[in-house]
Amino acid sequence: MNTVVSASSLTLTFETNDGPVHALSDVNLDVNQGDFVSFIGPSGCGKTTFLRAIADLEKPTGGTISVNGMTPEEARMKRAYGYVFQAASLLPWRTIEKNIAVPLEIMGYSAADQKTRIDRVLQLVDLTNFGKKYPWQLSGGMQQRASIARALAFDADLLLMDEPFGALDEIVRDHLNEQLLSLWDTTNKTICFVTHSIPEAVYLSTKIVVMSPRPGRVSDVIESTLPKERPLDIRETPEFLQIAARVRDGLRAGHSYDE
Amino acid sequence: MTSTGKTIPVLTIITIIVAIWYASVVWMNAPFEYDQAERAKVEQPAFSELISKTMAQERPVLPAPHQVAQELWKTTGAMIQKGRPFSKRSLIYHSWITLSATLLGFLIGTALGITLAVGIVHNRAMDKSVMPWVITSQTIPILAIAPMIIVVLNAMGISGLLPKALISTYLSFFPVVVGMVKGLRSPDAAQLDLMHTYSASRSQAFWKLRWPSSMPYLFTSLKIAVAISLVGAIVGELPTGAVAGLGARMLAGSYYGQTIQIWSALLMASALAAILVMIVSLAHTMVLRRMGQAT
Repeated sequence: MNTVVSASSLTLTFETNDGPVHALSDVNLDVNQGDFVSFIGPSGCGKTTFLRAIADLEKPTGGTISVNGMTPEEARMKRAYGYVFQAASLLPWRTIEKNIAVPLEIMGYSAADQKTRIDRVLQLVDLTNFGKKYPWQLSGGMQQRASIARALAFDADLLLMDEPFGALDEIVRDHLNEQLLSLWDTTNKTICFVTHSIPEAVYLSTKIVVMSPRPGRVSDVIESTLPKERPLDIRETPEFLQIAARVRDGLRAGHSYDE
Repeated sequence: MTSTGKTIPVLTIITIIVAIWYASVVWMNAPFEYDQAERAKVEQPAFSELISKTMAQERPVLPAPHQVAQELWKTTGAMIQKGRPFSKRSLIYHSWITLSATLLGFLIGTALGITLAVGIVHNRAMDKSVMPWVITSQTIPILAIAPMIIVVLNAMGISGLLPKALISTYLSFFPVVVGMVKGLRSPDAAQLDLMHTYSASRSQAFWKLRWPSSMPYLFTSLKIAVAISLVGAIVGELPTGAVAGLGARMLAGSYYGQTIQIWSALLMASALAAILVMIVSLAHTMVLRRMGQAT
């Protein structure tokens, strides 16, 4: 299997006025092609920072990280990944299809190519009839689906998602989780997914990375034994609960309640 | 916008203002009438007589609204009827002189303001160095600097429209710089990060994200800029020797005690300012509609 993301003794320290903040400390991790990797941990554990380091939005201060065998910067220049933020971050003055067109315009796809890609990704996220709508005419969940469509529109094999469903309610979130899994199945992408919901992490992932704060480090990596086919009620099975328990133990071990 | 809901309040306020105005006319012009009577050694006028006299003075301290209206008509509509709208006695001619300087100054000021804002947002050195000077420029009273601009440019052989326009520019570029710096910086961190993940160039990020984001800020600034451009053009007419323009009319009026002329030029100027601001507002609404944010 090809390694998509490979980090070894990765360290990232922010210099602030209150002294250095160790966001990541000695992180070693490989993400293989086709993996669905979740990063879970309390706030301040560096899970978002790790994702941003992959995306070349933060520069590591030590260790190495490679994306598709290149540096993150080279990978970014080659448009190796799509990034989805917690907020949909759609441009309010563009319709949904025009929003999806933004990266395509920047990357110089032809108008005809743009159109076929937009239609394809709108269908993937089940928004076919909403292309002409403006973002404010859509619900929060639909906006987030549109932002996922935007990240899928160009041919990046790696999808980085930073708490994409964090601001949505439970029912919408369940629905989107189900959709995301089938999307992952049909597109064969590699997904790195930051969350702080244990059920979400266990339900979605092939690999769960449990992180702990101060300094941010990996405290456990759990390979999921769940089958690829996952109906929502898989969350009631003993196997699921067992993995969830292990995640919870990992979180508890890494977290000091004395603070 | 619902115009019907606004008509009655607006008319009410105008009625009140006109009523106060008429009352003030009597009160402020009465001393002159008493004085006249005393000098002519006749009896002091009765109150009813006083009212009609105070409203018909040739050079009143405060002209009555209908006197100003008559003067306005005489110098605009009546001139058109005579087929001489651009005669030197026509207020339309003087308004056009002022308006042309206003518009030219506004255009240069807007262009300069946007250019400086783009530089400030994209260049660290400019960010640190330009903004303090922009603010300092506005601490100098325009009345002090206007004559110097006119004189210096005259010495360089530039006279006429451009020096006046440059005084408008001096005033109008400021709100544009301040508004556009804020507007171009208004996209949030996630939107800028997204542009970064697409490896967008600076100019791509500018045209696709920063420029459209700044539109509401731009138009708010433009409304202020166009109104003070007019002020700048009027101030710019004062040191040129009051040849032409609304400012010249006001100055000439004050030389010769022609208060009615001053007031009609004043009302014309404020009407012009109102129309200019309305045009900018209209443009704002149209741009918002094109950007899918019609309200």
